[in-house]
Parts: sequence; structure tokens; C-alpha cells
Amino acid sequence: MHAIFGRLSLEAFPYHEPIVVATFVAVVLGGAALVAALTYFKLWGYLWKEWFTTVDHKRIGIMYMVLGLVMLLRGFADAVMMRLQQAMAFGGSEGYLNAHHYDQVFTAHGVIMIFFVAMPFVTGLMNYVVPLQIGARDVSFPFLNNFSFWMTVGGAVLVMISLFVGEFAQTGWLAYPPLSGLEASPATGVDYYIWALQVAGVGTTLSGINLVCTIIKMRAPGMTMMKMPVFTWTSLCTNVLIVASFPILTAALVLLSLDRYVGTNFFTNTLGGNPMMYVNLIWIWGHPEVYILILPCFGIFSEVTSTFSGKKLFGYTSMVYATVVITILSYLVWLHHFFTMGSGASVNSFFGITTMIISIPTGAKIFNWLFTMYRGRIRFELPMMWTVAFMLTFVIGGMTGVLLAVPPADFVLHNSLFLIAHFHNVIIGGVLFGLFAGIYYWFPKAFGFRLDPFWGKVSFWCWVIGFWVAFTPLYVLGLMGVTRRLRVFEDPSLQPWFIVAAIGAALIAAGIGAFLLQIAVSVWKRHELRDVTGDPWDGRTLEWATSSPPPDYNFAFTPVIHDNDAWWDMKKRGYTRPMGGFKAIHMPSNTGTGVILAGLSVAFGFAMIWYIWWLAALSFIGILVVAIGHTFNYHRDFHIPADEVVQTENDRTRLLSGRV
Amino acid sequence: MSTHAHTSHAPAGHGHGHGHGHVDHHDDGHAHGTFRSYMFGFVLSVILTAIPFWLVMTGTLDNTQTALAIMALAAVQIVVHMIYFLHMNGRVEGGWSMLAMIFTIIVVVICLAGSLWVMYHLNTNMMPMPDPRQLP
Repeated sequence: MHAIFGRLSLEAFPYHEPIVVATFVAVVLGGAALVAALTYFKLWGYLWKEWFTTVDHKRIGIMYMVLGLVMLLRGFADAVMMRLQQAMAFGGSEGYLNAHHYDQVFTAHGVIMIFFVAMPFVTGLMNYVVPLQIGARDVSFPFLNNFSFWMTVGGAVLVMISLFVGEFAQTGWLAYPPLSGLEASPATGVDYYIWALQVAGVGTTLSGINLVCTIIKMRAPGMTMMKMPVFTWTSLCTNVLIVASFPILTAALVLLSLDRYVGTNFFTNTLGGNPMMYVNLIWIWGHPEVYILILPCFGIFSEVTSTFSGKKLFGYTSMVYATVVITILSYLVWLHHFFTMGSGASVNSFFGITTMIISIPTGAKIFNWLFTMYRGRIRFELPMMWTVAFMLTFVIGGMTGVLLAVPPADFVLHNSLFLIAHFHNVIIGGVLFGLFAGIYYWFPKAFGFRLDPFWGKVSFWCWVIGFWVAFTPLYVLGLMGVTRRLRVFEDPSLQPWFIVAAIGAALIAAGIGAFLLQIAVSVWKRHELRDVTGDPWDGRTLEWATSSPPPDYNFAFTPVIHDNDAWWDMKKRGYTRPMGGFKAIHMPSNTGTGVILAGLSVAFGFAMIWYIWWLAALSFIGILVVAIGHTFNYHRDFHIPADEVVQTENDRTRLLSGRV
Repeated sequence: MSTHAHTSHAPAGHGHGHGHGHVDHHDDGHAHGTFRSYMFGFVLSVILTAIPFWLVMTGTLDNTQTALAIMALAAVQIVVHMIYFLHMNGRVEGGWSMLAMIFTIIVVVICLAGSLWVMYHLNTNMMPMPDPRQLP
């Protein structure tokens, strides 16, 4: 039995935990309903042919967004469970979660929100928008793009499996040794963590390489670096950061897995190992990671502010330089995550000062947005509302961050709820608000109709108010000295604060609900919300030059760029769409290899987690065979016939003239 | 794969028989080495490999100096490989290769120097942990 199933046994299934069992039943019922519906409406073939195997950057981008949304629901469920537990567990009450379960919940919440919500959302938007903004037909390596997406899904699948088979890590989201070592965590939790991140990490790194290549090599003629839209600039910097920093995460996790699997002593407390080295390495990746998330959002705010103020972005050049400076500086601040580990005064003051310096380019950006709005004709549509909410919220988060950058203050506040409030303040107030601004801004481009503004506003106010109600109490509690990750509390005077925080979480839940409802309502009313122009916001950059949704080939003719705001410039000079002379267009073909490789990688990860060595060997060989086999696939490209291009373009002409 | 990339650069309908055989001889600024330069690079790297061997085998220098010499020669070796085998110079790919190179060096130096500095401090300041197996 051991040879076949490794350490996987019936005991691995948490059937004795009623909460997990109930979740499992719900997931099975929901999953079965979904499968039944897909089968009933005969959608499997369509999904496989048009979506799962697609190499179209637009569809892959949309699939990233769907993945992010699904995982947001999971990660938010974890957040609600924590808020409930902490609001209940006072005066001798144990709450409703035992320690084993609670520790998994807070670990899973962090891992999922960063790796499987924020990263897919950011990557999805970059994937969708960047090729359109630079006038390209696809990314540099379309198959690699599909493969990257499915590897990210593979990581998410492993995390989800851990909910029902075995357990997830109970170590906190960065799995510091020695707690994550084999002695302190002998079960499968940390292994799930390692393999989920390694599988997803392959996808992230490759997609980073892909987008860097795309931006450097595939810009439309005339688009010099300093004529690139700001979102493309921030995407470039983000992907450079991904390429430079994710290998460090991979290496740190490889060393940790060597410690756990073959008994090396890199991060143990004995035999010359040093757990502090892991903390050092993981934050050399971890700090650039937060800029990987926020930089594209800065790009989104820049596009939104300039579009909805009807003005050119104030200080384009300073914006670009600020982004590049942040890219470099983000490598010089990592120690502020462990001031208290004992580095001494000189090291701590160096990293404290670099941390304060990095807030300068960020502050410059805020002023650029404000000056863009100044004397602009501002339209408070949803993307602009999120942008203003971001500016107000993020500045507070930035200031508490600079406060934490002062090492003596950090000695008081580290590991407290003040820190938790701070980073949620910048990640929700910065990254998430930015993603919402981006989603509302580009949704009509992707689907051809706008999102319903009423439910969008409901969602907006629930989110923004909910955020402040949920996290202001945590600032206060942190200043009073309450540390993070606590499951039960002694002091009853703290309870009201936690109850307020739980109410905030409920408001955010309403915000998420309104968002989902909004999507449903918008699909229902799509004919009223339809946009036939392809340019619903009177946009300035190239993605608005094409139809909504764009044709498979994005642009029938590659545009030539003369100005920063390329589309604005074209409109001003009385641009007319070309009506004839279309030719066949060379395109990459779909392939299922990415799905197969990612599936094999999930099998490999699962086998390694449970010590099922035969399956690990088999799936690893499978990965090699399929990957090499794919290099012999010569059916990689096809041509969209000229007739079809003419047809598509004529349809658009009819739509446009029908409106005028 | 690179053919896909080039599609979008070209004017529309750039489909005339390009890209099926994947024998792209497109002029993209790659430098190509000559037999002479390859041989020169090869001989240089052999010499740069032989010296460390010789140092270790004969023990001419003491341990610290040997280690330093090996590291210095390894660094030179990297440069030789980049120039003669990877054809790196300031002009390849419109200067992007060089820029990527400089960025890589900056990041690697920051990570290595920073880690050494930080870990040195941590190891000095923090009490060494007693081996739990030695405890009573």
C-alpha cells in the first residue's frame, strides 16, 4: 500500500472536521451542477477549442481574470472566517475554529490573496491590454502564454486540493523555517505550499519573460520607449521585476524542499543551518513582489486619470522615471520586513532610510495624478471613482508605511495588527482598487458592453466604507499592542474593536456580492449597455482604436505612432479607418499542450507532496516527453483569409455608420 | 516561434510563405562570430580553466589566496564567454542586451553584497542556538 499511495491514507481526508465536510459537500454539489450545465448546453467542445487551448492574449487575459475572481471568493471566505473567529473568541470562548484549522486559514488567506488573486488579476490585465496598447497582434510567444496561464491554474488547483486532501501549511504565508522545517511541520501542509508556489512560479516567470519581450520587440512603428503609454511602461517594469526576483523565490523554496525531502540543513537550527537566511532570501523576492503588484495599478490610475480628466497625463517623463527608480529601489529595502531579527543599528538605519526614499517617487506619482485632474474636465465614472478612492486611501497606507520604516517604531509595532492594517491598506487601497478601476475601464473593450453603473456604485461604496470599517480598528488594536495571527483573546475590552472589524468584513462581502450581481445584471442588460464605437470613454491610447471586443487579429493594419497618446492624436488629426486593401493575416494556432503540461505538473506536485514516487517519476517523464514532443508540432500557424478580414471590417463599418 | 512575433511588426498580410520552415535569416542585429574569434575564446577559456586546476593541484598559494584567485579567474571566464560565445557588446539588439546585463549585475550585486552584510550582522548579533540534541 505504501508503495502505491505513499503517505496518502484515509486519515488524510478531514472527514472529522464538520466545517470542512460541509464545504466539501457544497463544492461537490456546485461543481456537479456546473459540469451538468456545461454538458447539458454542450459547451465542453466550445470551451476546449475556443478557450482552454487558445493562444490569443485577449482570451488568456480574460481567463486570468476569471481565475483571480474565483480565488478571490476562496481567499475572502478565509478572511471572513478569521474575522468571525476573532470577534467570538473572548472570555474563555474558544470560538468555532480549532488551532489546527485556524492556522491553515490565515496561511491560505495570505498565499491565495497574493499568488492566486492579485497576481492573476495583474497578469490578466497586462496580458489583455499591453499588446493592444502597443499595436501588436499578440504577445511574443503565444503558446508560452497559454502554458503560463495553465501553470498558474495548476498551482491554484494544488492549493484547493489541500482543503480536502490532507492539510495546508500552518506557518503563515511565507513559511519561515524552522517552523516550516520537517521537525516542526512533518505533515503535508508545507509541501502543498512549496509545490503550489513552484508550479505557479514557472507560469509567472515565463509570462514575465513573454511580456518583457513583447514590449521591447513588438511595439508599433513610431512608438519609441518615451512614447509608450504609462500602463505599458509600468508593465515593463513589473515584468522585469518578475524575471529578476521570482528565481530567488524558486531557489529559496528549492533549498527548503531539500531540507524537507533529503535532509539537508540549509535552514535548520543544527549542523550549520541558518533559518535567518531563508527570511533574508524570501524577502529579497518578497519586497519586489509588492511592487510587481502595485506598479501596473499605478499604470491603470495614470490611464484612467488622464482619460477621465480629458487631459494629457501631467509629467509623463517624471512618471516614467519614478517607475524606473521604484524598480531599482525595490531591491534595496527588503530588510525592513525583519528589522527586529537583530541586524544592529547600521544595517537597520540603512534599510530604514532606503525605505523612506522609495516613498518619494511614489509621492511624486500622486502629485502627477492630482495635477492631471487639476483644471481637467473630470467625469466621475466608476474607474475614476476608484482612482479617487485609491488616492485618499493609499496615502494613509503610505504614511503608516513610512512610520513603520522607522526602525525604533518598528520594534514597537512589528508583528502587530498595525502592520496588518498597514499592508491591507496599501494592497486593498492600492492594488485592489486599481484592479477594480482597470476592470471597469477595460471591461467594455473586452466584451463590447459596459458594466451596469448602479450596482457598480453600490459595490464601490460597500468596498470603500467596508475597508475603513474593517481596518481602522486593526490600526487601533495594533497601537494597543495586539499581535497578529491570534486565535483567542483574554482581554474583553478588545472585543468591540473586533466586532466592528467583522462588520467591516460584512460590508466588503456586500461589495463583492454587488460586484457579482453587477456582472449578471450587465450581461442581462447588455443590449442597453452596448458600445459599438470601440471607444466608450473617449480614450487616448491605442487599445481604443479597434473594435470592442477587438477582432482576433487586433488591428487590420499595424498603426503608425506619432504621439504619446496615440489614439487621441489620431482622432485629433481626423483619422479615418482604412476600408480596403486588406490582406490575409498570419496568426498562431491553438494548442492543448499547455493544458496537458500543467495537468502533468499538478500530478507531479501531488505525487511529491504525498511521497508517491512512482507517480512523480511517471508524471515527470510525461512532462519531458510532451514538452519535447511539442517541438515537433509544425502546425503552429495559419492565415486568416483576406475575405474574412474584409468581412469583419465591413461588419464594423456597418455598426459604426448605424450609430452616426 | 519567433515568426509569430514578426507578423505583427510587418505591414498587414505579411503572410507570403514566411515562417513555415522556421529558417529565419532575418537581420536583427545579431553579431556572428568567425572561426578565429571562436578559437580565440576557446583557447582563452581553456587557459582560464587550467590555471585554477594548476593552483589547486600544486598548492602554490595558500588556501585563501587560491580561493580568491579561482573566483577572480571565474569572473574573467564569464566575461570571455559573454564576448566570444554569446557575442555580447553594446550594440546587440539595439543595446538591450547590454542594458539587461547591467541590470542583472546591479541586482545580483545588491542581493549578494546585501545578504552577506545582513547575514554577517545577524550571525554576530544573535546568540548561537545550542544544538537541541546536546541539551539535557
